[in-house]
Amino acid sequence: MLRLALLFCLAALPLRAEEVVLGLSSDKVAITATFEGSDILIFGAVKRETTIPEIPLDVVITVSGPSLPVTVRRKDRRLGIWVNTEMVALDAAPSFYAVATTGPLDTVLSNTEDLRHRVSIPRAIRSVGAATMAEDAERFTDALIRIRRDQGAYQMREGAVVLDQQTLFRTAIRLPANLTEGTYATRIFLTREGRVVSQFQTTIDVRKVGLERWLFSLSREQPMLYGLMSLAIAIAAGWLASAAFQVLRRG
Amino acid sequence: MQIYLPIAEVSVNAFLLLGLGGIVGILSGMFGVGGGFLMTPLLFFIGIPPAVAVATEANQIVASSFSGVLAHLRRKTVDLRMGTVLLIGGLIGAAVGVVIFNYLKALGQVDLLVKLCYVVFLGIIGGMMFFESLRAIRRTRRGAPPQRKKHGWVHGLPFKMRFRTSGLYISVIPPVLVGISVGILAAIMGVGGGFIMVPAMIYLLGMPTKVVVGTSLFQIIFVTGFTTMLHATTNFTVDVALAVLLLVGGVIGAQIGAQIGTRMKAEQLRILLALMVLVVCGKLALDLLLMPSELYSIGTAGGH
Repeated sequence: MLRLALLFCLAALPLRAEEVVLGLSSDKVAITATFEGSDILIFGAVKRETTIPEIPLDVVITVSGPSLPVTVRRKDRRLGIWVNTEMVALDAAPSFYAVATTGPLDTVLSNTEDLRHRVSIPRAIRSVGAATMAEDAERFTDALIRIRRDQGAYQMREGAVVLDQQTLFRTAIRLPANLTEGTYATRIFLTREGRVVSQFQTTIDVRKVGLERWLFSLSREQPMLYGLMSLAIAIAAGWLASAAFQVLRRG
Repeated sequence: MQIYLPIAEVSVNAFLLLGLGGIVGILSGMFGVGGGFLMTPLLFFIGIPPAVAVATEANQIVASSFSGVLAHLRRKTVDLRMGTVLLIGGLIGAAVGVVIFNYLKALGQVDLLVKLCYVVFLGIIGGMMFFESLRAIRRTRRGAPPQRKKHGWVHGLPFKMRFRTSGLYISVIPPVLVGISVGILAAIMGVGGGFIMVPAMIYLLGMPTKVVVGTSLFQIIFVTGFTTMLHATTNFTVDVALAVLLLVGGVIGAQIGAQIGTRMKAEQLRILLALMVLVVCGKLALDLLLMPSELYSIGTAGGH
């Protein structure tokens, strides 16, 4: 019995012996007033003690923004006018989600592994109670994915990861300009025949800086002051324009 | 040039916002409306979250109205006394309106009710103004003398007050009532109420069109100023960066609008306002009647 277990361990060892050594072009994204989005280069190498196994390696990389509850509503025609009728509340949907792979997702990752690690876009959205709210709750999730994909917030990029010599991999993820603040979880999976053999996780910190940071903090911590400041700016601008036009008309 | 907005958390084109602010500012200076009913859908369209759009716009309207009022004050076309009376009524109305709004929200489908309210009100007001102005223009073309103001039951009411700038000597009861009803509607529909107030002042109170514009702007400053503070302290949805971009265009536009307004005849001004109101009404009606291209919409949780 013990011998059998030992044999099993030895057999499994070469698979576990592969590890990810990761590099990021930057682990911090600073949102300034003129932020226009950012390209994050994710690159790394597979560290292994043994020779390269026969079966080819695949790499799956995901970048996920902070998850928030989301409500999806659907319009229907009632008495000739279009109104919101049904709605489905999803427990958590990432504000940004990108998947990049070395090949088609259904071949590089099996269904069970996808389910376990929540890799594909529909799996990344948590919707536990959704099915009880509408008969076709799945169509609401599909609509959410469709709308966010059109905005560039959800990206599915099969074949975007380049893998050299079964060892070196790299990909670029485009973070759009409409980025929400927060910690962006970055995961790298090494797979063989659809099974995950190794995984690595790190984070990218997305923060507002400078004026953006200051205004945001002020609006939350000193809302009264912030409101008065907004009004003061409005009144000053109104007066300034009026005075300028008066000078213009005289001169 | 793209600018990232700190509260809205979206990136927008700065020049687009300057232009939008300018156009709405011109309308504001010309007609004495805040322009919120026009700006809200435009901001939604460029991807600003609805809550931020509504709150920030109130801040921008403070700026363009203030700019417009100063322009009108120079021409002595602001009835400060009438404006104050309307404002007192308006604040009472707004308080009542908020209570009604919360009651409706508890019943659900408040969005639909607001939209239907808009279409019906805009349709009636726009249609009536349009035909009245058309008749007035025809009459002046034929060279007939303008109709004398009629003395009705309104002039028999007590608490008379002299409104010198408007050339009126009437009871304060009608202006206060107009203020209250516009305040209620404004609170329910989430707008400053300029485009309801302007026709009400012209037709119900019989004020001269030229004075109406400045007076309406005067009371809009206070209403929207109050709204800005309310949004900033309760919802944290006023985006000052967005407001600045909009109001730079807005204050300049308001000055230009006020100048255009003085060069036009009162009937022409009224007919243009009527047309604008009808266009907005038509657009809202089409939204309700035509099939939307995207049936689904995403909202943040906790909404209704």
